[in-house]
Amino acid sequence: MGEGQVAPGRAGFVYRIPEWTIHLPTVAPLDLEGHCVAAVFLNDVPHFALADGAIHRLDNGQKTAQANDGLLAAFHDAANDRLITGGEDGKVFAVKAGGEVSELASAGKKWITSVAAGPQGAIAYASGKTAFVRFADGKIKEFAHPRSVEGLSFSPKGMRFGVARYNGATLHFPAAEGKPVELEWAGAHTGITFSPDGAFLVTTMQENALHGWKLADGKHMRMSGYPGKVKSLSWSVKGKWLASSGAPAAIVWPFASKDGPMGKAPLELGTRGNTMVTCVACHPSQDVVAIGYEDGMVIAARFADAKEVLLRRPGKGAITAMMWDQEERRIVFGSAAGDCGVIDITA
Amino acid sequence: MSDAQTQIPVTVLTGYLGAGKTTLLNRILSENHGRRYAVIVNEFGEIGIDNDLIVESDEEIYEMNNGCVCCTVRGDLIRVVEGLMKRPGRFDAIVVETTGLADPVPVAQTFFMDDDVRSKTKLDAVVALVDAKHLPLRLKDSKEAEDQIAFADVVVLNKTDLVTPEELDKVEATIRAINPAAKIHRTQRSGVALNEVLDRGAFDLSRALENDPHFLDAHDHDHDHHDHDHHDHDGHDHHHHHDHASDIHDVTVKSVSLRGGEMDPKKFFPWIEKVTQMEGPNILRLKGIIALKGDDDRYVLQGVHMILEGDHQRAWKDGEKHESRLVFIGRDLDAERLKKSFDACQAA
Repeated sequence: MGEGQVAPGRAGFVYRIPEWTIHLPTVAPLDLEGHCVAAVFLNDVPHFALADGAIHRLDNGQKTAQANDGLLAAFHDAANDRLITGGEDGKVFAVKAGGEVSELASAGKKWITSVAAGPQGAIAYASGKTAFVRFADGKIKEFAHPRSVEGLSFSPKGMRFGVARYNGATLHFPAAEGKPVELEWAGAHTGITFSPDGAFLVTTMQENALHGWKLADGKHMRMSGYPGKVKSLSWSVKGKWLASSGAPAAIVWPFASKDGPMGKAPLELGTRGNTMVTCVACHPSQDVVAIGYEDGMVIAARFADAKEVLLRRPGKGAITAMMWDQEERRIVFGSAAGDCGVIDITA
Repeated sequence: MSDAQTQIPVTVLTGYLGAGKTTLLNRILSENHGRRYAVIVNEFGEIGIDNDLIVESDEEIYEMNNGCVCCTVRGDLIRVVEGLMKRPGRFDAIVVETTGLADPVPVAQTFFMDDDVRSKTKLDAVVALVDAKHLPLRLKDSKEAEDQIAFADVVVLNKTDLVTPEELDKVEATIRAINPAAKIHRTQRSGVALNEVLDRGAFDLSRALENDPHFLDAHDHDHDHHDHDHHDHDGHDHHHHHDHASDIHDVTVKSVSLRGGEMDPKKFFPWIEKVTQMEGPNILRLKGIIALKGDDDRYVLQGVHMILEGDHQRAWKDGEKHESRLVFIGRDLDAERLKKSFDACQAA
């Protein structure tokens, strides 16, 4: 099996002054108490899921609903316009627009550390060494593993999901019987994502690196050189690029060709010398990425010419969550310190 | 910002099932000290734990994929600490209760090797609970019991009422032989004073070895120290006789204590780096106070396997002897070679 090693170069630490913009976009702030785990639009309404399980929304004023007692993981289920959450209480909730919270599953006293949503209303969640899939009809199937289930993600095609684990990833086909597919790569894999066309699987690692597999032939891709752990990944429109955090710039890997980023260097967008990128969110239709930093700043950067526009000045905490709305006009964001808000770029 | 927030202290409790870990843990949780604890456990014992915030996790030892065999971390602790720290207002400190068979090294290394964990928490001390009655047997049938003692900053020698004074002396001498740098407390029903196990700063370089009067003196093979009862504050009558402990079992862990004068920094630093690189897998702990030639400050060192931390600590006091002391605790250490090469680093 071939292996391509690619690494971002060490570009100079230059902070480029934004030149795209004439006006600073408007930011509607929402100051909350606590770590924001997820910031999403549900029915076009900004929702903020905090670590204490409170789900705040800006819906003609600030309103609050309650999900987990201790919210650790969240996944935006775009197909069903809902947020799936898991937490310290061992429960999984679905949060819908308007603050409608319903319990989907309960897995005992252990923490739910990862959740994901898949096709046909299925969801997956992890507790300890077990991954669970709950189908839309409420039926639950368990998948035991020899080691902890660190990350979960559904493939965009077919009823298939991947588990990030120690020394690789495991692919399950929950709708069918049969053996899972094991993908091996030494080291601890902590997060997982499929490319939107289902051709590639990428994991984040305990080491400061990503690992990728081309699923058709199992070829490996090592994406290393990050100074920090990668905690945020975002695929660009049609999966042509994969943006990542973990460096002073957004590291954006080219995935348009059949071999992905093998042998290619990534783009480095929004490089700053004094802080790190903590969150990335690609634009729904253009080759543009919103980049959130450890100091709370948010910019947007264009892939074609690396031009930047400042969207939010630094705040109190690291940006932990971002999402674009369907009209491609607003970005909802959350931070580790609770200073959240909505950026309107057309203002 | 995250770097401005104070790091949450973490106490690690090790010890075999039945040694008294949970009893000590419940004392920590229930005594009136005003501190709120988050507790991380890997298995629930027969005694319940009385606390609001208990997290059960599966022990996950992750080898780092960097070619270093001794670079292991505990993946479950990384995840749990990260989760807990998303709601930091709930607790002031963390206690990790490991399983009886746990290797303490990956637990400790997690707090040095993982950037996120390190930025938010600091390892305060590793406390080993030892059952006076059953230790000899444990040492015979497992490597873990020895590792836990070798790695500890504080050893709570528990259930002393179940053995004769002679047996107790022998057990303590065995512990000393494995780990001359740890502080030992004799107790019954885990009745050690909590200030002897909490807030020790055992990995804090600025406090390193300050609260550790036994350091080196206790078991320097060239010297005979029988009398340091005044170092202990728990009111028990201690008689330390360090002679010939190891007839209880074959000690595979040994310590190498080195002592010298002022060191030449140009020789000492390359030497200690090389030693930790080459001997890292064999070194469980190292601690040292180094007198560097031409430096007014004491230089303190502490290490776990290949992880080495050092810093200037404080100025040498007037009249204080500028002396370098270094202790390695580990397996298969070549004492002669270490001593010779250490001596060669002395300033001319």
